[in-house]
Amino acid sequence: MAQIIQGAYAQRNTDDHPPAYTPGYKTSVLRSPKNALISIAQTLTEVTAPHFREDQFGPKDNDLILNCAKDGLPIGERIIIHGYVRDQFGHPVKNALLEVWQANASGRYRHPNDQYIGTLDPNFGGCGRMLTDENGFYVFRTIKPGPYPWRNRINEWRPAHIHFSLIADGWAQRLISQLYFEGDTLIDSCPILKTVPSDEQRRALIALEDKSNFIEADSRCYRFDIHLRGRRATYFENDLT
Amino acid sequence: MNNRIFTQLHETPSQTGGPYVHIGLLPKQANIDVFKYNFDNQLVTDKTQGQRIRLEGQVFDGLGIPVRDVLIEIWQADANGVYPSKADTQGKKADGAFLGWGRTGADFDTGFWHFDTIKPGAVPGRKGSTQAPHIALALFARGINIGLHTRVYFDDEAEANANDPILNSIEWVKRRETLIARRQERDDQVVYRFDIHIQGDDETVFFDI
Repeated sequence: MAQIIQGAYAQRNTDDHPPAYTPGYKTSVLRSPKNALISIAQTLTEVTAPHFREDQFGPKDNDLILNCAKDGLPIGERIIIHGYVRDQFGHPVKNALLEVWQANASGRYRHPNDQYIGTLDPNFGGCGRMLTDENGFYVFRTIKPGPYPWRNRINEWRPAHIHFSLIADGWAQRLISQLYFEGDTLIDSCPILKTVPSDEQRRALIALEDKSNFIEADSRCYRFDIHLRGRRATYFENDLT
Repeated sequence: MNNRIFTQLHETPSQTGGPYVHIGLLPKQANIDVFKYNFDNQLVTDKTQGQRIRLEGQVFDGLGIPVRDVLIEIWQADANGVYPSKADTQGKKADGAFLGWGRTGADFDTGFWHFDTIKPGAVPGRKGSTQAPHIALALFARGINIGLHTRVYFDDEAEANANDPILNSIEWVKRRETLIARRQERDDQVVYRFDIHIQGDDETVFFDI
């Protein structure tokens, strides 16, 4: 078979995502466009993206347990999170930049604007990053974050969650989201998770307990797969350029 | 719907980057020193080809107040209009000293952001057309559920802008103006000012790409 010519990325299914204006999440009210987005036919600008090199990464970049440890280990539940990044057609997404950030075991962020009474951990930073491998696989190690309170309604609490960001093969795939943990009862009351319109898509953000991959006397494990938009192949006219 | 015999995956749904997006994406701005190599807003090195420019501005909410926790990324071609990406099919060699991508956060006090980069060359459009020089820009923040995509064009490229297929696809001609950055010179430096209005009367055009 001749070499495959790539066409455009499949259209983003807006019903699979939160709308911009979601009044239950109050900050969105003044930070959402009034006008409809303008959909464009993709060009080289939208189907290209930067490449990151392995040598830009340090050995502990994906180890949040050790990458900010100074005089000891951070306090909290030791967990490993792993999974695959694929496109919507099932193809592995290779060498994608996956970045993560989170609160510590107390639900406190290492950020100048976080004043929550939950205590900072001197041995925990809360950020990590990695590249997916040839199979789209990624793995990182961390402390399970605690839930934390925030001012939306006055007694609002986020479920435990880890933020993540992906830069892959095309600018059109750029994605930031959050993963949650199986069984957390706060999941059902979170106004941020409720911005996602369908139950099936909300479930797609919940990492599952992966018991057979627990490491005895050391760490538990969660499995979380990520799906990005995929490109169609072109077998007839190629209008991209 | 009940008789589907193939499955396709659904894209993972977006969620807001939240107010502490800097911890993961700009740890130095959160005073976290963890990585030996940090991504930033400097796209040029001594070896990068092309005209140096600074791109700067603020992002405003629906009340006209600067968004001081916004995170911005840009993606652009090199001085010859070639993307440093395997997916660029022009068959021309991209500038080896140019990543084409950068990331910054607005200042926590003033809301100003900037990038030091080069002015991109024109890039092919669809079906043999030519796009005016432009920079793709995405913003993420607390209150923004899905990253907002826009494009930055240049006011000293009026002729190219008039023929740009994407600008011309915006039916409301008046709204095209919101995508044009204004050139100024400051201490021998070329600066383009690009303010973004998320909501309201002079709302910036955002794209579904």
